Amino acid sequence: MLMIASLLSGLVFGAGLLISGMVMPTKVLAFLDIFGAWDPSLAVVMISALAVSAPGFMLASGRSRPLLAAQSVWPAKNQIDRPLIVGAVLFGVGWGLVGLCPGPALENLATLSPGVIAFVAAMAVGMILQNIWQRPRAITSREKALAIGADG
Amino acid sequence: MVNFTPISAAIGGGLIGLSAVLLMLLTGRIAGISGILGGLLDFRSEDKDWRIAFIAGLIVAPLIAGWMGYGMPPPELPASWTVIIAAGLLVGFGTRLGGGCTSGHGICGVARLSVRSIAATVVFMLAAIVTVAVTRHVFGG
Repeated sequence: MLMIASLLSGLVFGAGLLISGMVMPTKVLAFLDIFGAWDPSLAVVMISALAVSAPGFMLASGRSRPLLAAQSVWPAKNQIDRPLIVGAVLFGVGWGLVGLCPGPALENLATLSPGVIAFVAAMAVGMILQNIWQRPRAITSREKALAIGADG
Repeated sequence: MVNFTPISAAIGGGLIGLSAVLLMLLTGRIAGISGILGGLLDFRSEDKDWRIAFIAGLIVAPLIAGWMGYGMPPPELPASWTVIIAAGLLVGFGTRLGGGCTSGHGICGVARLSVRSIAATVVFMLAAIVTVAVTRHVFGG
């Protein structure tokens, strides 16, 4: 059941990216290009998603446990720190260069576009490199516990 | 604003929000794509099954849409392989360092009114806007 729920959530997420047009890098870049022919669609996507997720999360946080798992894994950190900001800058630059963030990048694998495959492979390498780079810093059990409740 | 598509954006956004709520209510997990993929690529993690299932759903969705007659064309990407690879590396490294991306911070975190996620979302949006401004209007034609 857990697997079916995850698969279903992935399908709904994919349908949302597809219908909203956010699978298309050109549409995303048109939002980011505020000095060009600006397309505010991505802002509408965010607002609409938040209108559903905010009350939904409020409902979920009031429950003692999820329906199909032993416990909920809510993010544990609440301090703004340097890795958060540096990471967001690096991600933003990469996003602005091509117009792909992780969700649309994975979804576009369905097109078998060589460029997308290269992008996703590089993204995976970037994730693995970050994991190797931070490992010596996260050896204490407390930090391991924090890593489990990472943001997203 | 000739390409503004508010209705499909609102419907699609609602579905993305619904997906995040479904995943949290049913499995207790945050629908952050970089976190889901990052956990899959971390050999220490022991919960790979649900991650594979979610990503499979994400990739199968456009195939189902294609069978229904709504095919997804391959995306338009920059001509330069160097730019594509560099951007992929930055997105991968940056999202893991910052603990999330557009979905984990931008939708799930902001919905929880997480100060970290609001800060991250403002920063990555600004960084992306500046990058597009520089590549299109300073160096680009």
